[in-house]
Amino acid sequence: MYKYDEYDQTIVDTRVAEFRDQVTRRIAGEITEDQFKPLRLMNGLYLQLHAYMLRVAVPYGTLSSRQMRMLAHIARKYDRGYGHFTTRQNIQYNWIKLEQAPDILADLATVQMHAIQTSGNCIRNISSDQYAGAAADEIGDPRPWAELLRQWSTFHPEFSYLPRKFKIAVIASEQDRAAIQLHDIGLQLRRNEAGELGFRVYVGGGMGRTPMVAPVIRDFISTADFVSYLEACLRVYNRYGRRDNLFKARIKILVHEIGAEEYARQVEEEWAHVKTLGLDPPPGEFERIAAYFAPPPFETGLGEDIDRSDPDFALWLDSNTHPHKQPGYAIAVISLKPVGGIPGDASADQIDLMADLAERYSFDELRVTHAQNIVLPHVRKADLYALWKALDGAGLGTANLDLISDIIACPGLDYCSLANARSIPIAQKIAQRFANLDRQRDLGELKLKISGCINACGHHHAGHIGILGVDRKGEENYQLLFGGSGAEDASLGKITGPGFNEDGIVDAVEKAVETYRALRTDGERFLDTYRRVGMQPFKEAIYG
Amino acid sequence: MKILTGNDLETGDVVWWTGEYWSRHVEEAIDVGDGGDAIAHREEGARRVNAPYVIDAERTEVGPRPLHIKDRIRAIGPTVRPDLAVRPVDAAAGNWVI
Amino acid sequence: MAELLRYRDDEAHEEPAVTLDAFLGQTNATAVRLEPDEDARALIPYLDRLGLIEVAFPTFRDGRGYSAARILREAGYTGELRAQGDVLIDQIAYMRRCGFDSFAPEKPISREAADRAAAFHDIVYQKAADRRSPVWALRHG
Repeated sequence: MYKYDEYDQTIVDTRVAEFRDQVTRRIAGEITEDQFKPLRLMNGLYLQLHAYMLRVAVPYGTLSSRQMRMLAHIARKYDRGYGHFTTRQNIQYNWIKLEQAPDILADLATVQMHAIQTSGNCIRNISSDQYAGAAADEIGDPRPWAELLRQWSTFHPEFSYLPRKFKIAVIASEQDRAAIQLHDIGLQLRRNEAGELGFRVYVGGGMGRTPMVAPVIRDFISTADFVSYLEACLRVYNRYGRRDNLFKARIKILVHEIGAEEYARQVEEEWAHVKTLGLDPPPGEFERIAAYFAPPPFETGLGEDIDRSDPDFALWLDSNTHPHKQPGYAIAVISLKPVGGIPGDASADQIDLMADLAERYSFDELRVTHAQNIVLPHVRKADLYALWKALDGAGLGTANLDLISDIIACPGLDYCSLANARSIPIAQKIAQRFANLDRQRDLGELKLKISGCINACGHHHAGHIGILGVDRKGEENYQLLFGGSGAEDASLGKITGPGFNEDGIVDAVEKAVETYRALRTDGERFLDTYRRVGMQPFKEAIYG
Repeated sequence: MKILTGNDLETGDVVWWTGEYWSRHVEEAIDVGDGGDAIAHREEGARRVNAPYVIDAERTEVGPRPLHIKDRIRAIGPTVRPDLAVRPVDAAAGNWVI
Repeated sequence: MAELLRYRDDEAHEEPAVTLDAFLGQTNATAVRLEPDEDARALIPYLDRLGLIEVAFPTFRDGRGYSAARILREAGYTGELRAQGDVLIDQIAYMRRCGFDSFAPEKPISREAADRAAAFHDIVYQKAADRRSPVWALRHG
């Protein structure tokens, strides 16, 4: 993975000093909260329901074991012993003190980490495929490109006061494991007919109040030009994105209102000018970065056989591992969704354990997924059993990847001042209702996503089953949606009808699931059955 | 009744106006009536609180109970982590339920 | 009137800035003011006779002026480029990188404080309107 050079380190260290200065000035009253807020947001520091919350960046979801240990240290020293992995591959700490925030950033800087631009109306963490560098279906590792973009977007002087936040995702396969069509900009690495390397560019996706699937704005931009092309995309947005209404300020609204064709035309016009400015880094810079992403020293001649005699291990093997491009290896997924647990949360001890396991079994590397789980990308098949035993002993061995209890849930009203309803208790109740693993496996792939408010941080629009918490006359109420997908077959979920209270929503989900079972044909997932038969049978079952 | 809440600037702790100081315990909050905005303005200006605002609450045996669920969660702590709850000042007092 | 923070060697421009509409209608104005929703490119044919372009920041959150500034510098404007309005000390470094060389903040900012804040942005990752080499250029010569 990427390692900072002196320049990267200086930038991060300087940022710590700058933020320390800003915090000092805030505490001394030299700047008001209104003036300080954008500064602290650009360092990922929110004032949340219970305390300050710090969102630490995990660039394209990649971590070393050393960095993971620092995350555990921060949880212990500055927080209350745990952290929350988010739907953008970052980690959040919920109990931060402002006066300690500069020290936390200083500690992070010692392991090449930061909290830069994890909030604010600027370009956020560049996300990517959690199986990058390991999956057989990628045409190359997307992460060096993501690193190039991370540097390009960091403290970009023109794009730090955008109309709204800006999220970019990069993948390198046909299968979309990073939901690129639901990002402000989604990039898919590909080759054109001439065999040249470049990106298909999607612009204007997003969830929230007005969810949209991004159109393709440009089918191919060469890797040599894509930075200046993105500069043009951002400049058009900065100049013409709406600033009159907070809820209409994302780029998806601009693309929708002027049309994809017109937006693409304006970008081409701007790019014709911008590409002459020498903004694109030279190929040597990409090569320098890419060298850090060379494959680890895989062993060869390894066996493929795995002893499945432990039935619990066999279940985990079937659900929580994914084929690796290198013979003898597998991708292992650590579930942070134990039944009844808090989705995405991990204790400091668990984080330390995962660091140790990464060091021992995965060439020192981990990934955070946008589904709030952790990946060990390069595990020898021969080591999977020992790995699983260690995970199982620490409550990290739940065999539920992509099953109904592998729920994505935002922190919701338990933690978030934007929320209208609690999401975590709903996730817990649903997981408990479906706790039986045989039942879960019978249901198969079922991506259930819960948001506590319309901001959709739980990605409910992209759930096969989505749940949206609302405030109905001061009471928590839950709307049910079906048919969303964040994969390459991107679609937005549709509401079933009137909402439910916290017990009603669990029953409604169960009725929907039983309807699926009654109607499914061979091999169909919930999503497939829903797409085939439509809303009507489900509505009848749920509302009687 | 109307009570005044905010966050401690340096620690981020949720705090409640007691009439004399900012307490971490909602049961010590007083009714500010119509004067909440003026107090908020004064206290924020003196940097004794950050981002204060007035909320509605009802009187109960154990002190003010915020009317809106969001404010109650703010007063108690995350409902899914009772081990992190804000403990009442009087350990013998009953807890009010969400 | 807010105090001017200036990073130019020449004398401050005397003439008051007229609105864009007025400027485009006049033949002898040498100073113009751009509102956030006005197109900086409308000035491109007239850059050599402009001594001052003032870009309005009615609220510090409105970042359109940053693009306006870069566009003007990219078009070859060498006169004074001023950010006026709700300009905060922590924005000066970004504004200078976009090509602003003078500042008329509503709330006065001391030069010393501005320079101190700007010094945190010595090393930069990307090319902008200032002369600074981005890190990738430093790496590869």
